[in-house]
Amino acid sequence: MIYLELFWTFLVIGLFSFGGGYAMLSLIQSEVVTKHAWITAEQFTDIVAISQATPGPVGINTATYVGYTITHNMGYSDLASIGGSLLATLAIVLPSFLIVLTICKLYEKVKHSSMFSSLMKTIRPVVIGMIAAAAGILITPQNFFHWSSWLLLAGAFIACKYLKANPIWVILAGGVIGLLIY
Amino acid sequence: MARQKRIESSVGGGSRKVSLWELALTFTKVGMFTLGGGYAMIPLIDREVVEKKGWLQKDEFYDIVAIAQSAPGLLAVNISIFAGYRVRGNKGSLAATIGNCLPSFLIILAIAIFFAGYRDNYYVEKIFKGIRPVVVALIAVPVVDMIKRSSLNIWRALLAVGTAVAIIFLKVSPIYILLVVFTCFFCAMYFEKKNKGKEGGA
Repeated sequence: MIYLELFWTFLVIGLFSFGGGYAMLSLIQSEVVTKHAWITAEQFTDIVAISQATPGPVGINTATYVGYTITHNMGYSDLASIGGSLLATLAIVLPSFLIVLTICKLYEKVKHSSMFSSLMKTIRPVVIGMIAAAAGILITPQNFFHWSSWLLLAGAFIACKYLKANPIWVILAGGVIGLLIY
Repeated sequence: MARQKRIESSVGGGSRKVSLWELALTFTKVGMFTLGGGYAMIPLIDREVVEKKGWLQKDEFYDIVAIAQSAPGLLAVNISIFAGYRVRGNKGSLAATIGNCLPSFLIILAIAIFFAGYRDNYYVEKIFKGIRPVVVALIAVPVVDMIKRSSLNIWRALLAVGTAVAIIFLKVSPIYILLVVFTCFFCAMYFEKKNKGKEGGA
């Protein structure tokens, strides 16, 4: 039964994932953490961290990991949890696969249509709000349990935004600092 | 048959039929070597698919990127679907997509299985206490970049802030917000078509 619910949830997420990986994070979070409470906000934060530090699109990585963790949290076996991760990944890719394939077939007609780009322009502010919310929701008392957490936030932001540091190194640095000071 | 011909003629090289394996492996390579995904994959796909293999023309590739950005889903995956289709039709798009997603799927799955046993480990918990605020920063960076790039007027800025507030504090699902905006968009388009000739405010 969890499989069916998992598949449906990620299918809907895939269908509405306009605006790329980070917007997808916002959708996954609102469905999986806020609505279904399948995993906690801290668990979700950890999963996003690992997904960003491993190869591949962060949205798909998160879906795979979340699919595994949800099934595992419910007490199912490792093998059943692998099934959950496969299902979540398939479900999140399927809608865009079908939609993009359809666009491919109509390519010559769509190429000159401005509808897509103006739709994208219209939802741009919503996408910005969604991603901002994804960051905002993760500011929980558990994630920011100490004043130094805010320093880490500021440091990481400056490193990525202004020093153009690679996110993987920033994540690793955060981990090392955590190991040393907490 | 006719479609196959058209696809082949649209490919740079033309005569050689690309095997599904080659297609999948090329996108596996792209998937393996991009950390961060999405935008990081574009130059790599460009180099592999356009410059090295010559499967797509340069301008065709930019068209694909533009369309892939406005379709739902992840940019890199959408480009794989598109490029795979242009090279070998339906089967090609499936091969490219599986090739693109498989390596990261296996890697992340291995990590998930491994970490499931170490979640409550004393040191792992310390490490993640340091990482969690970093994750918030990493998600905040693209927000700032997008705000800079997309010249928001007062209404669009309000829509962005309203969306964030609704999601964070009112726990509204982003899906409903998107549905409302889609409905408004298509209604506006319908009325604009009806009053053709008159200039409507965008």
